[in-house]
Amino acid sequence: MRRLLYLLPVAVFGILALFFLRGLTLNPREIPSVLINRPVPVMNLAPLPGRGDTGLTTADLKGRVSLVNIYGSWCIACVQEHPYLVKIKQTGIVPIHGIDWRDDPVEGAKWLKKHGDPYDRVGVDPAPGRTAIDFGVTGAPETFIVDKDSIIRYKHIGPVTPEAWEQTLLPIIKELNK
Amino acid sequence: MKRLALALMLAVAAPALAADPSEMLKDPVLEKKAEDLGKELRCLVCQNESIEDSNADLARDLRVIVRERFAKGESSDQVKQYVVDRYGDYVLLNPPFKGTTLVLWLGPFALLVVAVGAAFAFFRRRPSVNATPVVPLSTEEKRRLDALLKDGDRS
Repeated sequence: MRRLLYLLPVAVFGILALFFLRGLTLNPREIPSVLINRPVPVMNLAPLPGRGDTGLTTADLKGRVSLVNIYGSWCIACVQEHPYLVKIKQTGIVPIHGIDWRDDPVEGAKWLKKHGDPYDRVGVDPAPGRTAIDFGVTGAPETFIVDKDSIIRYKHIGPVTPEAWEQTLLPIIKELNK
Repeated sequence: MKRLALALMLAVAAPALAADPSEMLKDPVLEKKAEDLGKELRCLVCQNESIEDSNADLARDLRVIVRERFAKGESSDQVKQYVVDRYGDYVLLNPPFKGTTLVLWLGPFALLVVAVGAAFAFFRRRPSVNATPVVPLSTEEKRRLDALLKDGDRS
């Protein structure tokens, strides 16, 4: 019994070490969203000038699994993910809607002309970005998977990379499309 | 003297807040409430700063929206709930006391109790120095001690 007691500090150390190890591998930027499994926020966003759509509203998300991507012409990481979004659009697997966050709509439209336009619909959310805040956005780019009933099912923080798409987002979309 | 003056100035200077005057509410009572709440809300970009201290755009947006809500007549709790509904408890610099944060709040005290208990048990079990009875010196030992002491005097 006494012997076991001597092992107690080792056990306590072990447990703490596990916690700290887990902490070391977590990305502090990836704040778990509280909006998962909740309906998309009510929004009614104006269109980008010259794009020809009518903007983005909550009703537009009903009936199909879709992606909502937060971008801005000022956002550098968006430039990185954008070609891949264009590729995803070409596959036709899922419609992507854009929210031009904290941006001058003219710049937002220009940016899409320059880097390609993967979006079905685009809504403008100028500062103070009420809709983005309703989505719990912490930075751009961020991508949400919204199901047929307009419930948010997943939030991806940072650029959508081929790995993230194939390993995480695509399987969720396939599951939701069943 | 110069140093003293500098020290005094630094001590008296209020830390500058990021809120620029154009963001501030006209009603000083509401503005104070908004500032107090803003100091409790984490900036999601810089993470260890409050939205009141941060220069990030998102922090500015949240400051503006917090003030709008106060101006509409919402209470501090309502405004706080609005932000927590979107960003979770993580946004609170002072985490609330509830089921999921029990370990966070009580963990250190539990560890302290365990440590004090262990120390107590350890010291109680160890025979203390005073507890061993003092055996008086025998005549032979006394004689040797006296001899040694005398020896020390001479050198």
